[in-house]
Amino acid sequence: MVDLKKLYESVVSGDAKTTQAITQQALAEGVDPLVLVNEHMVPAMDEVGRRFEANEYFVPELLISARAMKASLELIRPLLVARGDKPVGRVAIGTVKGDLHDIGKNLVASLLEGGGFEVIDLGVNVSPEKFIETVNSRQANIVAMSALLTTTMPAMKTTIDALKQAGVRDKVKVLIGGAPITQKYADEIGADGYSENAVGAVALAKKAVASA
Amino acid sequence: MHPTLQELLAHGPVVTDGAWGTELQSRGLGLGDFPDLWNLTHPDRVGAVARAYVSAGSQVILTNTFGANRVRLSEQSAANQVAEINTRGVEISLAAAGGRARVFASIGPTGKLLLNGDITEDELRAAFAEQARALAAAHADALVVETMSDLEEAKLAVSAARETGLPVIACMVFDSGKDKDRTMMGNTPEQTAQALTEAGADVIGANCGQGIAGFVSICGRLRAATDRPIWIKANAGLPTMEDGRAHYNATPGEFASHIPALLKAGASFLGGCCGTRPDFIAGVSYRIAKG
Repeated sequence: MVDLKKLYESVVSGDAKTTQAITQQALAEGVDPLVLVNEHMVPAMDEVGRRFEANEYFVPELLISARAMKASLELIRPLLVARGDKPVGRVAIGTVKGDLHDIGKNLVASLLEGGGFEVIDLGVNVSPEKFIETVNSRQANIVAMSALLTTTMPAMKTTIDALKQAGVRDKVKVLIGGAPITQKYADEIGADGYSENAVGAVALAKKAVASA
Repeated sequence: MHPTLQELLAHGPVVTDGAWGTELQSRGLGLGDFPDLWNLTHPDRVGAVARAYVSAGSQVILTNTFGANRVRLSEQSAANQVAEINTRGVEISLAAAGGRARVFASIGPTGKLLLNGDITEDELRAAFAEQARALAAAHADALVVETMSDLEEAKLAVSAARETGLPVIACMVFDSGKDKDRTMMGNTPEQTAQALTEAGADVIGANCGQGIAGFVSICGRLRAATDRPIWIKANAGLPTMEDGRAHYNATPGEFASHIPALLKAGASFLGGCCGTRPDFIAGVSYRIAKG
């Protein structure tokens, strides 16, 4: 029997090869794929997040661990889909119209994938219409918007207003982030949540789908 | 040491310039507009910013070319104008300097993350080499690789910039960790100074990321970890939001009050980043002159 503690450890240390190998072995031995995710890898990513908050890990370690988890999920996801299990949530993510800065958005996207979400990355400079279309055509239940510039922040409100106009505001949770964003701003424009960093964004997204 | 730097430093610490983006905005640059494109469309207004810094006492001014690399310009559908925008940027600053200040040309990050697979090393290398060549051909006195969050990207930019034979300044953003003494990627001032020294940078420093008070200890740590002169350009405190625009709280006087501590910590080049204006630089210049 494969030692699943090693799965936890390999995600925490960001060892994608080992993570994938253990996943493969565990699946061959008939371990339920959801057990691998929920009982071993999700707690591992929680530990990675804790270390980030404690300044023991920085962005590179976050990305490497997320990549390890993604490598495992590549094996697991088809099995879950085949038996009709749904992803934790489906996120339409992008930088808002006018904003081309995508480092933060890319980090959040990688960590959300590592957290078991299906991520539809719409890229940069995403119009409100594009977000709406994705909510409709792909049944995204989270809209995640990023803005680095104080000058492009107002596009978040425009997008939320457009979601209302299109009658889909109630179908999704709207999460926002980026250097100039604050909780106060999120409250002002009627977003469902704000996180000041990428680790917090994953926790926020999980909370959002749990409360939906 | 490169003769250009030697000449500047012969008379003590050197005053550089302050922020450009906010100055351009006060002259009509629209919210969300890409500042570098103004080198072609509004050279007079870009020149006015450069002249304001020279008048305020800047001995070194930068150029409006921070985002003028192929990666970022292609997002503006201006990838075919890399040479033109950089050339004009240097020409505008040289004309404003009129021999009274040196022109150090700005090279900013691409906004893409190597580690996340957003871009390859070859793409970064090519983009920085192309920009550096254009800036050098337009007769910049030195190249400033600035506002870098990723040491790997900074090193690629430094080695591309060095190919021109011009002196190269390399400075990073320290804004992460509980003491705000790490780069986004977790590097300490010591690691950064060592790596950039090895990469061949002639001057090493820190800019942006936090208010000036936090720069004193970073400056001292950089100083202790390298034999190269130190370059410091701090923000004017932390911004607050009013009417959708960022406002920086520090006054020129408060900003300049930290200059003696920075000099003591070993800074050789001093100026400002986000939120600083010509009156901040006048304050820095006055403090340095007072010694």
